[in-house]
Parts: sequence; C-alpha cells; structure tokens
Amino acid sequence: MVKPLAAVFSMLLLFGAAKLPFEHRLEQEDRAAFFHGAKLSLGLRDQVGQLGFLAALSGFRSLVADFLWIEAHTAWEGTQWGRMALLFNNVTTLQPRVVMFWDMAAWHMAYNASVAAMQDPKQPRLALRLRAQREYFELGKDFLIRGIENNPDRYLLYERLGIVERDKFGDHCAASRRFGEAAAIRGAPTYEKRFMAYELSHCPGHEREAYERLLALYKTGRREWLPTLLERLEYLQKALNIPAAQRVNIPEKKL
Amino acid sequence: MDTPHKIFSPARLWAIASNTLLELVRLKVFYFLLLFALLIIGSSAFMLDFKFQEQFQVLKDMSLGSMSIFSWLLAVLATAMLLPKEIEDRTLYTILAKPVPRLEYILGKLLGILALLFVSILLMSVMFVIALYIKQQAVLTDAVRGLPPEQTADVIRGVKASAFTVSLIPCVAMIYIKSALLASFTLLASTFATSSIFTIIVSFVVYFIGHVQGIARESLLASPNASALSKVFLAFVSLLFPDLRLLNLTDDVVAGNAISSAIFLKTAGLGLSYFCVYTLAAYLIFAFKEL
Repeated sequence: MVKPLAAVFSMLLLFGAAKLPFEHRLEQEDRAAFFHGAKLSLGLRDQVGQLGFLAALSGFRSLVADFLWIEAHTAWEGTQWGRMALLFNNVTTLQPRVVMFWDMAAWHMAYNASVAAMQDPKQPRLALRLRAQREYFELGKDFLIRGIENNPDRYLLYERLGIVERDKFGDHCAASRRFGEAAAIRGAPTYEKRFMAYELSHCPGHEREAYERLLALYKTGRREWLPTLLERLEYLQKALNIPAAQRVNIPEKKL
Repeated sequence: MDTPHKIFSPARLWAIASNTLLELVRLKVFYFLLLFALLIIGSSAFMLDFKFQEQFQVLKDMSLGSMSIFSWLLAVLATAMLLPKEIEDRTLYTILAKPVPRLEYILGKLLGILALLFVSILLMSVMFVIALYIKQQAVLTDAVRGLPPEQTADVIRGVKASAFTVSLIPCVAMIYIKSALLASFTLLASTFATSSIFTIIVSFVVYFIGHVQGIARESLLASPNASALSKVFLAFVSLLFPDLRLLNLTDDVVAGNAISSAIFLKTAGLGLSYFCVYTLAAYLIFAFKEL
C-alpha cells in the first residue's frame, strides 16, 4: 500500500508543478478581465466576525456581503448612520465589482446621512451640524472614488460622482470632468455628453468650450433641443457676445 | 454460447452508476431541495423594500451561493459514504468477486455521484430561473405602471438586464465542475481513509485550503527571497491543493460581468483536469488496496 501511495503523491506533485504556471496565468487573466481588487484583510475579520470571514474566504463572499447589506438596510431604518458606513465599507470590500453597492452606499451617505446630520436635534450648534454634513458628503464622494478605482469600466459611478460634485459640492468644473469621463466609456448613455456640456457652461473660464460643445449637440438635430440645452446656449451666446449672424435662433417657447 | 468477458464494459459501468444513483435517491438526499426552495422564496419575497437591482442581486447571490453550498455538501457527504458503506454492507466484496475490474467499480461509483449532482444542480437551476422570472414579471409590472410610453422600453431593458443574463449558464456549469472535482477528491480520500468521518474532515479541510491556495501560490512566485521553510510550506500548499477560488465565477457574473468563452474554457479545463487526476489517483490506490 505504501508504494501506490508514494506513486500517487508523486503524481499529484508532478501535476501540481505542471498546473502552477497555468493557474498563475489564469489568475492574471481573471484580474485583467474583472479588475479583481478584493483584499480580505485581517481588519475585516474583526468587523464581519470569524464565521463571516471564514465564509468569505471559502468562496461565499457574495452571500456574506448580502447579509451585511441587509444588516445595513436595517441600520438605515434605525437611522444608525455610523454603523451603516461601517457595514457599507465591509460590503464593498467583499464585493468591489458590484457597482450597485458603491452607488447605494454613496447615496445613503451623501444624501440621507448628510441631511440627517444637518437636521440633528441633539446638536444645537449650526457650525457642528454643517461640519457633520460636509463629512457625510465627503464620505459619499469617497465611496464613489473607491468604486471607480475598482470599476473603471462602468460609467454609472462617474455619473453619480458628477451629480455629487454638482449637487453637494457645487463644483461644476469637477462635475463636468466626471460626466466627461462617464461619456467616454463604451455603452454610456448619450445624455452624459449633454450633462458634461451643461456643467462646463457653469465652470468659470470654460464658457467658449462649453458653447462649442452645446452648439455641436444642438446641430445634431431636434432630439437634442432640450429646454436646459437651449437655455444654456442662449445664456452663453449672450455671455460670449456671439455676433447676431452666428447665433442660433432660440424661440421663446422653447425655453 | 457465453459471451467473452470484456476488460472494460460500458454496460457494467452503467449498471454500477445507475445503482449508485438509485441508492442515493433512496437515501432521500433530494429533500435538501425543499430547503433550497425556501431560501429562494424567502430571498425574493422578503426583500420587497429594496430597489429592484438590490432584489435581483440578493436573489442571484442567495440562489447561486446556496447551489454552491448544497452541491459541495452533496458531493462530499454522498461520496464519503460510498466505499465505507459498501465495505460495511459487504456489497463491495460481492461485486468485486465477480469479474468486475476495480477501474469500472470506481468509475461507476463516481458516475453515479456525478449523475446525482447533475440532477440536483439542474433542479436547483430550474427553481432559480422560475424564481427569477416571477420576480422579473413582478418588478416589470410595478416599474412600468404610469410611465409614459417613451420611457417604458428603457425601463424594461434595465429590469431585464438586472434579471436573467446568459452569463449565468457558465456560472452554473462551473458550480457543477467544482462539485465534480470535490467528489473526485473525496473519492480519492475515501480510498485510503479508515472511516467516513475522516474522509469528510479531509475533504472539508481541502475545500477551505483550496480557497486560499491562490494566496500561497502568488506568495511563492512573488517572494524568491523567502526562507526555505516558508518556501517548502508554500510549495506544498500550491502544488498539492486545487485553486478552488479560480473556479468560482459566481461573484463576477452576479456583479454584471460577462464571462469570455476563453476564460470559461480555461477555467473549466483546469477543473476537469483536477477531476481526471484525482480520479486516476483514486483508482491507483483502490487497485492496490487489500480488501
């Protein structure tokens, strides 16, 4: 019995040596194709518990992430914003390629938690409420930035970051850049280009570029003659003193 | 006139495989499907507060995760019982006393397990697709209610993109290949083990180590200056254990990534080569085993 065992052991070792470079190459190909970025650090073990960490290590990462997501939903119902942020961090660490997790985590932080912080009845000082609100804006933005790092091939997170830059930080130049990045990704909706041009029209020093982009969109046809586009075009024509002969005639009713 | 004895007979193989499947079915192993059904009904019925993308995400994760867990447990537990039970019941001696080569016996047993896994995964897949379809119809009815006609097509496209995707098929195929690999390893362990408990423990340990094997392999290849002891340990884990993490396509598919046919074929090829090597190893040990 010892001889067959030794023969099998040698066979497994030989097979192991042969498959090692193949597995290494396949791992590289997987990483390149799916941008794997999940790092199951020991810090995560403390946060998801020993069992959860073991399950995550054993190929049930998505299940653990879902349970934590449901827990985060319960925390939301109880308006436990700090706990939610922690759970979102764990969920996105476990499943960095699920865009929806980054998107929803950012939305909860930048929109729901920030509003709750601003209306916090336990905090009478406006300055502190404003600071807390700002911190939640930053937290939401941070989720989106990390989400983009893990999913550079998906347009949605760039778009969401553009919206946060526009609505929460009032930074139209940054918002325009983000919408531009979203528009450059294959499969992105056509409105990303329009959003980019709108935001550029609010960005000081970029009026000429915004005008040219809006004009190009206008010339593509009636489908693009949307109220905001016509309004921004009208504004820029006046701001840039475009000669009357070159101006696009925008009827009042369109506005 | 007697027909001459064949060294390898597909008919004998089929007889052993179908008997193995029948025995396992009689053990009522399919009862776990009730639990699976409860899980997917639960995950689709109690997530109504969530956005539809979240509902589909949870339903797919729960269903595919449960399929992985059940097929893994089935592969290990059913295979671990086979040889010890046959020895205990003395059926093994009756069969091998006849002109049945040990290769046919081992292959027949394994084919029976593979058939059981195939039927189980097929039934779970059917239940999963039905649940996904019902959820999709419910979400669609809600989503398009009151929408202007020009937006309806976009919403329907969005919902359908979140529900069933073709990538789910290779994902389920990989769950089957992974469970077949685990069954073949468990069979290998049971050829030299002295009890079912030992086989089950060894198979579970291999399952867990298999999911961190990739870390050991990358550490081995990335750190040429590591100490000799570390290198030996890393090489031992990298060479002897399968990389089960590589065989898991579920996370990427549920995240919305399309699996290229090249990656699928390479991954499936890796899984099948493990399966063949473990089966051959199981045969080699069983062929020389004193019974």
